[in-house]
Amino acid sequence: MGWAGNPTLTTSAGSIPVAGRGHRPVVRAARFALAHVPGLVVAGSKPRRELAREGAALRKSLRAHLRDFETAVAYPPHQVMLGNLPPEALWDRPRPWHGTPITGARAEGPAGLLLDEATFHAWLVRGDAAKLLSLANDYAAALEPRLAGPRVATIAAAGVAAAVAAGAEPIYASPDRLIGALAAGHEADESLTGAVLLENLAAKVTGAVALRRLLDEVAPDEPADFLLGSGEEAVGDRYQRGGGNLAKAMGELAGLRGAGGADVKAFCAGPVHALILAGALVESGLYRRVIVVGGGSLAKLGMKFRGHLAAGYPILEDVLTGVAIDVAADDGRSPRLRLDAAATLRLGDGDAPHQVAQALTVAPLRRLGWRLSDVDRFAVELHNPDITEPAGSGNVPAHNYRLLAALAVQAGEIDRAGMAGFERAHGLPGFSPTQGHIASAVAYLSHAIAGLTEGALRRVQLVAKGSLFLGRMTTTGDGASVVLERNER
Amino acid sequence: MLDLTNKLVLALGERDGIPAPAIGACAEAAGGRVVYDVTQCFV
Repeated sequence: MGWAGNPTLTTSAGSIPVAGRGHRPVVRAARFALAHVPGLVVAGSKPRRELAREGAALRKSLRAHLRDFETAVAYPPHQVMLGNLPPEALWDRPRPWHGTPITGARAEGPAGLLLDEATFHAWLVRGDAAKLLSLANDYAAALEPRLAGPRVATIAAAGVAAAVAAGAEPIYASPDRLIGALAAGHEADESLTGAVLLENLAAKVTGAVALRRLLDEVAPDEPADFLLGSGEEAVGDRYQRGGGNLAKAMGELAGLRGAGGADVKAFCAGPVHALILAGALVESGLYRRVIVVGGGSLAKLGMKFRGHLAAGYPILEDVLTGVAIDVAADDGRSPRLRLDAAATLRLGDGDAPHQVAQALTVAPLRRLGWRLSDVDRFAVELHNPDITEPAGSGNVPAHNYRLLAALAVQAGEIDRAGMAGFERAHGLPGFSPTQGHIASAVAYLSHAIAGLTEGALRRVQLVAKGSLFLGRMTTTGDGASVVLERNER
Repeated sequence: MLDLTNKLVLALGERDGIPAPAIGACAEAAGGRVVYDVTQCFV
């Protein structure tokens, strides 16, 4: 995949590329960029806090449970993310899935690619617009073949350690191999510390790689008019914490020139909100091609590591995941984005799980006279249960499907005996990394598009939830849903 | 039925399970006094 040059130039005239009359929106493609970054697990929020308290012994234990790149590639849920394995193939695969690696697995597939850690570091160099990154001399030399052009400040190993001692954010290639440091963007700005900047830079580059992949593979000659960011990061400074518009920074790094951009913020529900808005922008005629982008969440690396250590598992949260979703005017083939079946959780809908499911799943279907059984697949919170169960968080998608099955019983669509089969008939096994906004429905998108074009699927409903209450500004939650439908034009 | 009369209740809910307000309502119905409730998201 090209990374430098190869810009996608727009042919649109003027600052707002008006598409003219509205067009029915379709979702043409989705691409994921996974980055295997075991060295960054220690920079995840949970490991960072626990290491500060427990130090060397815990660091040693973490190191002993990290996976190498080949193991991460062969991990069955990652192969599902890359599009090489259908999610349904996980149903009958013995768990935990790391016990049955895929032989001959590849680090790329029709849905995206999995970067190794050194390649990710090279992207950090390319994405470091403020030139705050320094790499150790020997590591920078080893990275040179992957860089092929961009320059990075290099210092002796002792200099890296000194920079970290002075407050720069350390960058490790394993928990003990210090290979670089990211300096703060300001001497006294809590929004621009090295740690915050690394989190934002990691989101930027994983989103940009997913975007570049999509632009290379899908309608490469067609301009992208607008980017909608939907990730979990908060980019800004002391005067505008979370100011945002990482979408444009991703577009710049991906080589775009003709696109504008803005971000949509709604915790993990961001991408589905953004998908609905992207569809509305296309349908209105304002733009012809809108790409929803979202970068990986560094803070969530190692989030459940305690459970994994206790279970004797490898640390399974060692990948960042970025996404790019192509929303365009109707091409007569790609799945339609049914905006008339879109829903958002309104303030008065209630936050109990059955109320949320009623508002996001049942109500929009009823509006169009559909039953739950008229949807082939519900893509809900698709967190990998091998990650969540050892930490006591249960099988999240299974919980969601049980609730939908109960609502189907309540509606008289199935009897109680049919509840057990609902999950397999209309659901999916969890396969997504616990990168919240990715797991929240959109992880299934590439498979959904394939199933709705080349497969036998007719309708897929994406149902995402966002935990707004975590920000302490409200006690309410959020959610959004939309239906993708086979294009019968 | 559980009797929570004269008991102080900490209601810890979960987004994909039972949210804290629902736990709190049940606890109050059983005679308890909810002094803290929070819903968490564990993914």
